[in-house]
Amino acid sequence: MEPLAPTQEEFTLDTAAELAAGESGSKIEGKSPWVLAGRRLRRNYAALGFLGVFLLVMLLCFVFAPIYSSHVSHIGPNDGNPSGFVHEHGQKIPILSQGGSTFLKNGTVVVTQGGVPIGPQWGASGGEYFFGADPIGRDVGTRLLYGGRNTLTIGLVSAVIATALSILLALIAAYFGGGADWIISRAFDLIWAFPVLLLGIALGTALNINGFHHTIIPSFWIFPGWTINIPAGSLWIPIAVIAFVFIPYIGRPLRGQVLALRNREFVEASTAQGAGSLRIMFTELLPNIASSVLVLFTLIVANAILTEVGLSFLGAGVQPPSASWGTMIADGQDVLASDPWLSLLPGIMITITVISLNIFGDGLRDALDPRAKVRLEH
Amino acid sequence: MVAFLIRRVFGMIIVLILVSFITYLIFFKLPGGGPNGVADRIAGKVATPQNIASIKQKLGLNHNVFVQWYDMMKQLLSGQLVSYYDQTNVVQQIKEGLPETFSLCIGAGIIWLGFGILVGVISAVKAGGFSDRSITALALIGISLPVAWLGLLLRYFFAGEGHFTWFPDGGYVPLTTSPWQWFYHLLLPWFTLAILFIGFYGRVLRSNILDTINEDFVRTAKAKGLSSRRILVKHTLRASLIPIVTLFGLDFAAVLGGGAIITEVVYQIHGVGYYAAQSIHSQDLPPLMGVTLYGAAFIVVFSTIVDVAYAYLDPRIRLT
Repeated sequence: MEPLAPTQEEFTLDTAAELAAGESGSKIEGKSPWVLAGRRLRRNYAALGFLGVFLLVMLLCFVFAPIYSSHVSHIGPNDGNPSGFVHEHGQKIPILSQGGSTFLKNGTVVVTQGGVPIGPQWGASGGEYFFGADPIGRDVGTRLLYGGRNTLTIGLVSAVIATALSILLALIAAYFGGGADWIISRAFDLIWAFPVLLLGIALGTALNINGFHHTIIPSFWIFPGWTINIPAGSLWIPIAVIAFVFIPYIGRPLRGQVLALRNREFVEASTAQGAGSLRIMFTELLPNIASSVLVLFTLIVANAILTEVGLSFLGAGVQPPSASWGTMIADGQDVLASDPWLSLLPGIMITITVISLNIFGDGLRDALDPRAKVRLEH
Repeated sequence: MVAFLIRRVFGMIIVLILVSFITYLIFFKLPGGGPNGVADRIAGKVATPQNIASIKQKLGLNHNVFVQWYDMMKQLLSGQLVSYYDQTNVVQQIKEGLPETFSLCIGAGIIWLGFGILVGVISAVKAGGFSDRSITALALIGISLPVAWLGLLLRYFFAGEGHFTWFPDGGYVPLTTSPWQWFYHLLLPWFTLAILFIGFYGRVLRSNILDTINEDFVRTAKAKGLSSRRILVKHTLRASLIPIVTLFGLDFAAVLGGGAIITEVVYQIHGVGYYAAQSIHSQDLPPLMGVTLYGAAFIVVFSTIVDVAYAYLDPRIRLT
């Protein structure tokens, strides 16, 4: 269909697309698409800024967490101190209010509820309980950093696994076609038929009962066999669950892309030169879907983090006493009225992280592929 | 058309059978724990061998996988499957949760579709302008918020003991008891669930409209001298909404099929999702299995409905 020139212009609004439209002649001559994309990305300050925010969150959680724990809060992420005190301006303040009644001089009785954790101290206690305590006297600030570690680890590792497996499956399905394609596509459809969250819950709950102890390859002759042993409550369980659930969501769009490339001339040329299947898949087809993979990966990390939060909130993800941003929201929901910061703080961290990833992913897509629309299939 | 439907229904049944088998494997084979895995768990920590043997006998765990799966499905479909934890009837519990889940999802669906279309049209018409940019920004925030947190945030500020106690703090009142209270209790949950989708739908619709504007039939309409409002509503929007219908069908099915689980938990709406969430902590497998299958059934059925609706709405598509 012939696009109408004026409307096209009227409705171009992404800065990257505008840049791409203006690129012609000497500006793009002899430059690889990656160089061009890099140039477009460099001019997208919003995307770069939010990449910076994400890296800062990573730095805080992975590098700063142990320093904070040992030098500022003086308490580990899972250590409670329910009967302890905080020293502030020469006063001893209980970490969990002890409850009881105070008789004032005018005859009124003030009843304090027991077990209410102290709120954020904002440094008044020299760093201890900076963001307050949770109902069993653990330091919220420390848990926030260590919880972020778990949430980010799950998000990143599961996205890496899901992306790697879906690339492999998409390449095999689209390159070989026929029976392989049928089996892989039907498998994608089958996982697709499950509601994402319920499948995650099903797998997470089942695996957290006893962990995963199965022999993948039985021993034979001199081969000792291969058994996977994952104890219940391990971080690998949510990682594996989320990776599995997301495979068709990346695999399907990638398969479509490879399918479109499969019969192009450069593949034919490579075949004519005697290249084998593996060589064509990994040196001809893979580089051509690399930009989509990058964009999808960023978006999948964001979605994996949100899924982890959902699963952990419901109790099917990270298991107590380990912290994650999702379990922290759940820990706070029962005391929402009296201690809102318990749920609000991890939520703020999640929102900042996910927004950064989404904006950076958008910028990346605009830079790599200004006119195409690579989307997570919904 | 008839041939298409017959083939799709046949395909649906096969998918559901496979889904149920996979679900069975997930719950009964995946956890491991030795030959008596499931029976051990049900019997508890101080079980005698006789106990375990009788449980295995009762649940038919001595048979092979296919027989076990078949028995389980027979129990589920005939409405006899009971929870391992408190012996309540799974199908009965799911049925009891349906009105609350449907109330939540239908209301939220109307809100997110309505606002999504509104937002999408505004940002496409004003493309590049201030309202478009702010809507895009809000959409991005919308898809980045964790539902659990959003729900708790709204509850804290607008219900319970916050500053603006305009709404009741969770709970559900049946429509038949009091339509106003039903509406009043569900308003916050509806928006919590809908906010995630509004931004996303708006963005999809916006890009659809911008694509459609360049199509030949829009140019024809313009050449005929139709007003731009008429072109937008009758021609552009009509064509742009078709992909939204697909999206809505699938998302709505996912939400009805347990996708609203977090919203239900946060607002204490005792729907199907809430039932599943309660079973996570007691590691009660039959309810989770029932709800998972119930959700998958919704997704599979709705995806067929969506395909038929798609062909009906877009005359260029023929079902074969």
